[in-house]
Amino acid sequence: MDIVNFTPVSATLGGIIIGLAVAVFFLFNGRLVGISGIAANALTEKNNRFDNLFFLLGLVIGPILYSLFTNNEIKITISNSFILLIIAGLVVGIGTRISGGCTSGHGISGIGRFSLRSIVATITFMIVGIVTVLIKNFV
Amino acid sequence: MNKLISLIAGIIFGTGLVVSEMINPEKVLGFLDLFGNWDPSLAFVMIGALAISSPLFHIIKNKKKPIFAENFNYSNNKSINNRLIVGSGLFGAGWGLVGLCPGPAISSIALLNIHSIIFVVAMFVGFYLVKFINFDNKNT
Repeated sequence: MDIVNFTPVSATLGGIIIGLAVAVFFLFNGRLVGISGIAANALTEKNNRFDNLFFLLGLVIGPILYSLFTNNEIKITISNSFILLIIAGLVVGIGTRISGGCTSGHGISGIGRFSLRSIVATITFMIVGIVTVLIKNFV
Repeated sequence: MNKLISLIAGIIFGTGLVVSEMINPEKVLGFLDLFGNWDPSLAFVMIGALAISSPLFHIIKNKKKPIFAENFNYSNNKSINNRLIVGSGLFGAGWGLVGLCPGPAISSIALLNIHSIIFVVAMFVGFYLVKFINFDNKNT
């Protein structure tokens, strides 16, 4: 286990903030957050298009506000080749549309309402994700 | 008002992705590296999110209607079929390859990282392809 990088406090706090966002969206707008659905519908559906676009805009503004108010620099590391990024992006876009949700839609909103369908989806993408990383480590 | 709420909910969600570090693919890959140098942090993101969203969902859904909408509108799809498994499997493979899922990928556009921008563009092409070949039948 990786004790050096284990950050349970900030992870739980971040999770609570994400849970609040889901509750706010549901209480006021009556919809459950699922980012793949919001993003895909912003692209392809006229219905609720601006609601969806504003949510996506918020997703981008969130980290900017965080940096401004906390003076913390947000660091991310992506070390894949461009071709792999394109393949992975395509597969994530296609897969989440076929299955009707991603980490947020199935993993949080779906499991939160005790949907068996979402539990099965989440277990599936977790297992395949773990196996993919396992294979990558051997290649 | 709906648009303002959408913007606020998106900002809160995006902030949560940063605080939890789920925005960082390296952190996500550490979580998926179960048989290697496993970093269990992201399990706590899910636990924290569900601890808040699940009880509030069950309380809120019993209200007559949402504050700024006519009715509650969420999927009641219960079907567990090949589409669900194949789609989730494809998503899991892409997630494991790079460590980005849709939320963190879109949020990380804020950092103007060329890698995540390429990923997001490809992801939107994927969304469009499924729509284009008319395979996103919501009832199946």
